[in-house]
Amino acid sequence: MSETAEHTGHHIDVKEFHPRAQAAIHNPKIRKNFRSAMDGLMSKRKTAFEGWDLETLRDLGANVRLRALANLPELLEQLEKKLTENGIKVHWAVDGDEACRIVRDICKARDAKTVIKGKSMVSEEMELNHYLKAEGIEALESDLGEYIVQLADETPSHIIMPAIHKNTGEISELMHEKTGTDLSNDVEYLTASARQQLREKFMSADVGVSGVNFAVAETGTLCLVENEGNGRMTTTVPKCHIAVTGIEKVVPSMEDVSALLALLTRSATGQHITTYFNMISGPRKAEELDGPEEVHLVLVDNGRSSIYQDDELLDTLRCIRCGACMNHCPVYTRVGGHAYGTTYPGPIGKILMPHLIGLDEGRHLPSASSLCGACGEVCPVKIPIPDLLVRLRQESVDGDNLHPAKVRGHGAKRSSKEALIWKGWAWMHASPGIYRFGTSAATKFRALQPSKAGAWTDYRTAPKLAAKTLHQRMKERGQ
Amino acid sequence: MSSRETILQRLRNRTGGELTVPECDFSVLVRDDWSTAKRIERFEKMIESVHGEVHHCTEDMWMDRLAEVLTTRGARNLLIPKRHEIGQALRNAGREDLPELLIYDEPIESWQAHLFNEVDASITSTRGGIAETGSLILWPNNDEPRLMSLVPPVHIAVLKASELYTTFREAMQAQNWAAGMPTNALLISGPSKTADIEQTLAYGVHGPKELIVLIIE
Amino acid sequence: MVDPIKVYPSKPSKVYFYGTCLVDMFYPDAGIAGVELLEREGIEVLFPQDQTCCGQPAYTSGYHDQARSVARAQLDLFPGDWPIVVPSGSCGGMMRKHYPDLFKDTPDEVKAAEVAGRVWELTDFLLNVCHIKLEDLGEPTTVAMHTSCSARREMGVAEVGPKLLGQLKNVNLVEQVRPEECCGFGGTFAVRHPEISGAMVSEKVDALVETGTRQFVTTDCGCLMNIAGYAEKNEKPVEGQHILSFLWSRTRGKGGQQS
Repeated sequence: MSETAEHTGHHIDVKEFHPRAQAAIHNPKIRKNFRSAMDGLMSKRKTAFEGWDLETLRDLGANVRLRALANLPELLEQLEKKLTENGIKVHWAVDGDEACRIVRDICKARDAKTVIKGKSMVSEEMELNHYLKAEGIEALESDLGEYIVQLADETPSHIIMPAIHKNTGEISELMHEKTGTDLSNDVEYLTASARQQLREKFMSADVGVSGVNFAVAETGTLCLVENEGNGRMTTTVPKCHIAVTGIEKVVPSMEDVSALLALLTRSATGQHITTYFNMISGPRKAEELDGPEEVHLVLVDNGRSSIYQDDELLDTLRCIRCGACMNHCPVYTRVGGHAYGTTYPGPIGKILMPHLIGLDEGRHLPSASSLCGACGEVCPVKIPIPDLLVRLRQESVDGDNLHPAKVRGHGAKRSSKEALIWKGWAWMHASPGIYRFGTSAATKFRALQPSKAGAWTDYRTAPKLAAKTLHQRMKERGQ
Repeated sequence: MSSRETILQRLRNRTGGELTVPECDFSVLVRDDWSTAKRIERFEKMIESVHGEVHHCTEDMWMDRLAEVLTTRGARNLLIPKRHEIGQALRNAGREDLPELLIYDEPIESWQAHLFNEVDASITSTRGGIAETGSLILWPNNDEPRLMSLVPPVHIAVLKASELYTTFREAMQAQNWAAGMPTNALLISGPSKTADIEQTLAYGVHGPKELIVLIIE
Repeated sequence: MVDPIKVYPSKPSKVYFYGTCLVDMFYPDAGIAGVELLEREGIEVLFPQDQTCCGQPAYTSGYHDQARSVARAQLDLFPGDWPIVVPSGSCGGMMRKHYPDLFKDTPDEVKAAEVAGRVWELTDFLLNVCHIKLEDLGEPTTVAMHTSCSARREMGVAEVGPKLLGQLKNVNLVEQVRPEECCGFGGTFAVRHPEISGAMVSEKVDALVETGTRQFVTTDCGCLMNIAGYAEKNEKPVEGQHILSFLWSRTRGKGGQQS
């Protein structure tokens, strides 16, 4: 196949956020599924952290990530050196396309026809499955949620629970239609069927592709959390294992991992720990009887080094991909993951995706938030998400005189009309005399206040101007 | 310029201000006042909360318990370590109430189908456990390879109470993991499970459906 | 986000009153109620007539030059070293939490930080600085508290409203489900993403109605016009008012309290 095999680009148009959000809000099934799922996850997280000094633990999480980011280039070099010593081959990819090519080349060199995949958000970011398919390589998801989503030819709607938007009946119909299982509401039966189908694939797959939760520089170790065992299968049974990860995932030591692991699983699903915590430091040694012969790590940049340039935006890279932010987000709960149209949905999606796809393509993302702060309150590494959203809004209108805009696609939301409105607003509000004149005039003519005021009055009555302003009332009191 | 150099240069030559390196105080993770009894109690509670099974044993009778467990499961065979004392003890005991003992001593390629389809249970040693999270520490090796604790639907693990640490950090420091990690190391904290179908728990997705821990006190 | 340790000042003889633009134009009674409550505690209330707006609408829209120019005009209003009390979690939060950032690397950096450090949400100030003791003169009634997101997460005053309402012996305080979830106002969010905002406020109103209460109170006028406006348009049996109006109307007439 040619060097530039055709693969679908960002096949969902982010600019269509409004219609999708609208549709989701009026879809009772989505509303119900997400409401009950998020309620459950929030409650479990709360229970899991009982007895912990949570604020101190989050401080530690934040500091561990910041310490790693402060030394990122050195850590990546150290990681590469240790991994290489351990027999793991390290590759670097500037963007998702290059990462896809690297994976393809490794597969082609091994004449691989089938790839089995453990859960990896970075591989979704790369759109690896589409790419490999166009290259004639079958890529099958093994995580049950991802498997379901793949059967439906959809993308995940949540970074931890990919099929959260589907209920049992739908999944049963899907599996019946695509794989011939009986229709059944028995979750055990459906799970056992999937287990059987996927076991055969594990045994026959040529290559296993996985993500990485933490990459440890001091020992050259790749760490993976999972509950099902498919991660272990993917990284053990096929003869070749390729791990893909973002460059920001590296930490100096296993001790750092102990802190982050304590935060990750409790924040994500309320589990004290996942069933398996897998630590891979090399391919099968000569005397070993199982394990892959070859292990590769692909370090993916794809916009992360741009985020790294800016002191404020850098905090975006602290993320350990737990999903707590979206679990607590009132917007996400109502529109679900697909409405965003991006690999990463929810609050982390809103602050990350503009760097990956540009603020022009992602123009609706920073404003789709009431800045309630629930996300920042639960983030295990204390990313100041609302502040970053405000910063991205600033970038969307091209920054200001003090802080010229930097993010790719900046200024995409700047309209001369809105800029003029804010300039007028500022002129009036920075001049007390004009403000008092304007507001007292408004109250005098309040009978003429329109009862319809755009989008506001579609849902609510218009607020009613008072007969006298507080300024006037206080003046009357002699104050 | 290679992609590696492109990326590293961008990171090294960042435009922002100097990045401070914060102090990391790990004391919030420390639990240094748990007695052995408390650790065992907590470990058992955690494992049972995720459908694992715990049996309190001694050196004298763990094999009896093992035999009972395997009989109730109707296991036709048991995959055991070749050289580890557990395996030695089982072979030397020559017990009638144990099923056929199998050894994993060929590369997986030669008997994969058999392992996946015909082996009912396995028993492995552990490198200790973690009480706080109810976790077993395994470092698979040539004697007890990785798939032993992953493929058979029943996995029995032998844990020495004296090797039960309170926290993950304590365990890794006591065992000096920083000095070097094996090709594969694991924490196992229950039988395989998923909640991907409408947040309903189901067990035995890809890994073992049952995890049974024999604690030797 | 929340001050890790809030160091309250001792009760002063004067305060600056920063009304906020929404109180100014739509709910001046709430402002007057706040003034009355403070004066009853023996505090002289200074109202700088040149106050306009804290600048938040432009700030959250990304127009920081404009936000800064309006905020700048507020910085000079508080020359004396008196606390600045604000009947709003949102505007209070803007001033206390965001003014230092907004003026970073400007000549006003020090002044902005100094002003920010003196800002207090009004009910917080009444409870924890004045140690107000409220005597309920009203008939038995039921009320629910809506704590705004900024009051909760920026100003850390989630416990204050319930505590003050708890002092009123004839008031039955009920709690709606998911009290910490946003009502959907979010300033310009309500008009930029009206369908999402509408879905949020709809659920908030349902939650309030479900408690059986016919009224709710809040520290924030944005939330107030959002929730009350939705209830009114959709004929839901719940009405709202600013908590200061409620507290004043329940306790007015009684002589000043000992400090």
